Amino acid sequence: MIDPKILNQHNITPEEYGLIVGLIGRDPNLTELGIFSAMWSEHCSYKSSKVHLKKLPTQGKAVVQGPGENAGILDIGDGQAVVFKIESHNHPSFIEPFQGAATGVGGILRDIFTMGARPIAILDSLRFGPLTSARNRSIMEGVVSGISSYGNSIGVPTVGGEVAFDECYSLNPLVNVFCLGLAEKDKIFYARTESVGNAVLYVGAKTGRDGIHGASMASQEFGEDTEQKRPNVQVGDPFKEKLLLEACLEVMDRGLIVGIQDMGAAGLTCSTTEMPAKSGQGVDIDLDLVPQREKGMTPYEILLSESQERMLIAARPDQVKAVREVFAKWDLDAVEVGKVTEDGRLKCRFHGELVVDVPVNAVVDLCPMYKRPWRSASDAAPAAAAPIVPEPADLGKVLLDLLDSPTIANKRWIYRQYDHMVLVNTVLLPGADAAVLRIKGSGKALAMTLDGNSLHTQLAPRTGGMMAVAEACRNLACVGARPIGVTNCLNFGNPEKPEVMGQFVEVIEGISAACRAFDIPVTGGNVSFYNDTGGVSIYPTPVLGVVGLIQDIDKAVRPGFRAEGDALVLLGRSTNELGASEYLKVIHGSAAGPVPAFDLDREKAVQEACLRAAEAGWLGSAHDLSEGGLAVAAAECAFHSAGGFGCAIEIGDELRADAALFGESPSRILVTVKPEKAPALLGLCGKLGVPAAWIGTVGGSALHISSRGNELLKVPVRDAKAVWMDAIPRRFAHD
Amino acid sequence: MKFGVVVFPGSNCDADAFHVCADVLGQPTVWLWHKDHDLRGVDCVILPGGFSYGDYLRAGAIARFSPLMGEVVEFAGRGGLVLGICNGFQVLLELGLLPGAMLRNKHLKFLCQHVTIRVENERTRFSNRAGRGRVLTIPIAHFDGNYYAPPETLAEIERNGQVVFRYTDAEGRLTEASNVNGSLNAIAGLMNAKGNVLGMMPHPERASEALLGGTDGRFIFDSILAGM
Repeated sequence: MIDPKILNQHNITPEEYGLIVGLIGRDPNLTELGIFSAMWSEHCSYKSSKVHLKKLPTQGKAVVQGPGENAGILDIGDGQAVVFKIESHNHPSFIEPFQGAATGVGGILRDIFTMGARPIAILDSLRFGPLTSARNRSIMEGVVSGISSYGNSIGVPTVGGEVAFDECYSLNPLVNVFCLGLAEKDKIFYARTESVGNAVLYVGAKTGRDGIHGASMASQEFGEDTEQKRPNVQVGDPFKEKLLLEACLEVMDRGLIVGIQDMGAAGLTCSTTEMPAKSGQGVDIDLDLVPQREKGMTPYEILLSESQERMLIAARPDQVKAVREVFAKWDLDAVEVGKVTEDGRLKCRFHGELVVDVPVNAVVDLCPMYKRPWRSASDAAPAAAAPIVPEPADLGKVLLDLLDSPTIANKRWIYRQYDHMVLVNTVLLPGADAAVLRIKGSGKALAMTLDGNSLHTQLAPRTGGMMAVAEACRNLACVGARPIGVTNCLNFGNPEKPEVMGQFVEVIEGISAACRAFDIPVTGGNVSFYNDTGGVSIYPTPVLGVVGLIQDIDKAVRPGFRAEGDALVLLGRSTNELGASEYLKVIHGSAAGPVPAFDLDREKAVQEACLRAAEAGWLGSAHDLSEGGLAVAAAECAFHSAGGFGCAIEIGDELRADAALFGESPSRILVTVKPEKAPALLGLCGKLGVPAAWIGTVGGSALHISSRGNELLKVPVRDAKAVWMDAIPRRFAHD
Repeated sequence: MKFGVVVFPGSNCDADAFHVCADVLGQPTVWLWHKDHDLRGVDCVILPGGFSYGDYLRAGAIARFSPLMGEVVEFAGRGGLVLGICNGFQVLLELGLLPGAMLRNKHLKFLCQHVTIRVENERTRFSNRAGRGRVLTIPIAHFDGNYYAPPETLAEIERNGQVVFRYTDAEGRLTEASNVNGSLNAIAGLMNAKGNVLGMMPHPERASEALLGGTDGRFIFDSILAGM
């Protein structure tokens, strides 16, 4: 009855099937095959990535929980912990942008509150194809409204993130959602069944036929039948999830449960196998008791449905009544569907018949791990020399063209659709280098950011991986926060292609090296493979989510110029390199390398200088130099300036003017200080071995840059800001 | 002054209102559960922002049937102070404690941003600490804040001085651009004829601490405290 066609539909290889038969001692029935198919999918099992992910540093004295649970946990002192993670929802968001993105938010929120933390912040990293295409605009519009609809309704602020545009994402947009929650360190919950005889309770929304095979869908390339996969995408109900959030936190706070797991990918299958597997136990459940939204569902459908807003709970028998009362208060189902057993098996009954009987550890722990062949991407493509481009005559025009590039432009069109202030913790509004949230009653603040530059990783995977960590930490340094932990979302193409696997291996090596240098643990994350449509892979796109701590909230630093007459100091050194820059791409139409030289020690020193200056209270503002280089960074500081101040900068003539203005050599931060503090800052930099130069002064109403007295550009701040603000709205104006 | 913050299923600014009343203003503050029939002796009821019942039907349309609303209507009838913020304003409209209705924002997008509102009537229980014409900077966050009322109702509330706040630019001028959601007469905050029930779309609880970027929202809370 299980023939090659069925195996193929379940994305199970003949070898894997042989293994399954060996593990359960007979041929599985269709329902059992479905269970293995979901749990052994790339999405759930990490079978292609696990051997490489082991290279990431996961230890640190603040780590309460590293990878392997729903989310990572770090101790932040005062009896509190942060619980955070990032997840992708790329495939569903291409098929159905609104619901795909919305349920991406719903899923990551559950990962956080299932551990006993109240979610307090969402950030998103988004990638779309160019906005010249109506289809890309429609995908972006759908994704943004999906995130907005879910996050706003449930009342967790979307406080930051990043968006970038490139042709490689046209048929494969990326939607990565990060969530952070705050928990009491001694009230954290895990996916456990704990003791034989405990009750297994199903809570939350009813089960329907939506999202069956979602996990396997996310583990395949897209072809021409993508439209037909729409029924595989789940539908979100943020109101239901809000009730679930409050009810779960209430039973946890009252100590009424022993373990809990959300039903995300692979639904009931995942929770009914992972929870007992972690306790070395089994569960025996009656599928007839599972609350169902539709009539006539089969065991296969009930077990593999990915209906949203559901959780599985393990509770002591004497507390079941109290648990049910709490859920009733929040108008939610809480049904005892089975018991924890000692035999280590998942047994499911349906209409009185035993329809599933498999060992849980076979499903959860014994999926084959693959060491897929890989080819070093850096060896395959030796770094090409940067193309020789002519220096444009009108550098002011270049600046305006860059500010009009959607990757650089102001993202208010997006973030004003997100409630970014609910919960009254948001200290820095979206658009700053990093999101900053106060921790009520403590005087401390949390900072967080998402970063990744896929052109860097496409051209140089290992260096690009390092630079992504470095940029994220640099963004934290700019707001005055020291990094404490990392989560990452690794978006790649088909891992069965050796060159894609090569990118993956090298990006991880780069991320590992940088995390070790910064001494920050990776506490979890997500891998999204098969980001290919029609055989074309996306650029390798690691997105780094880094969380930082500011000990004294009053020392948080903002990006906007604060006062006229402040000295502009550039930390780090500019070079003549133009490779992989937004300038080359937008102005010269070339996505060529090489990626600029990068030195981890220099990077660390630059950040240390910025952090010490911030902690000393010297900084009026700080802003990272990234896409668009010095000129764009200075312009953004002016745009963020409450007083609308411009600046005058003198760059010397050692470099090509376009490289000095728009080059993207890494490890640079533009800061301002009172002129009388400038010598102290320069002294600090000298001590730390950081090149630093006093390059100008805040003031006036224009961005004025000159070289040895020759004016290179002079643009009124107002005009430049108008271009930067309008770049994205104007592209949507006629839709 | 004892504040009570109502919790509907789907309220999500309830904790923010509670935080400001209890921790910032230092006033005794209690939760009021929507299924109860008890206002617990409060002096001021706050209907907070959020998405009561998911706002799946019409914002506030289901919340008005909550058991506690009977007590709130009666409390308001006796002259008790009721402040509805955002979704709370929408509930007050659905309850009939305030006239009019909310439509989707004019550009059909959710809007979260700081806006400037002008104090139109400073002789109220909710605005007496801000002088007439004063412009306050307070954030909004809503999809349905486009105030509508029939012409005769509009004329009546204007005549009675029931319009407490209007969207203006930073200089206090009425402009098309500053009326971000398209409200008739740029109405941002409205009270009943007796002056004890106020609904406003902007969130004063989000502008009550300097750390969060502004304290203009305190004018509303301080006015409530001063009135006692």
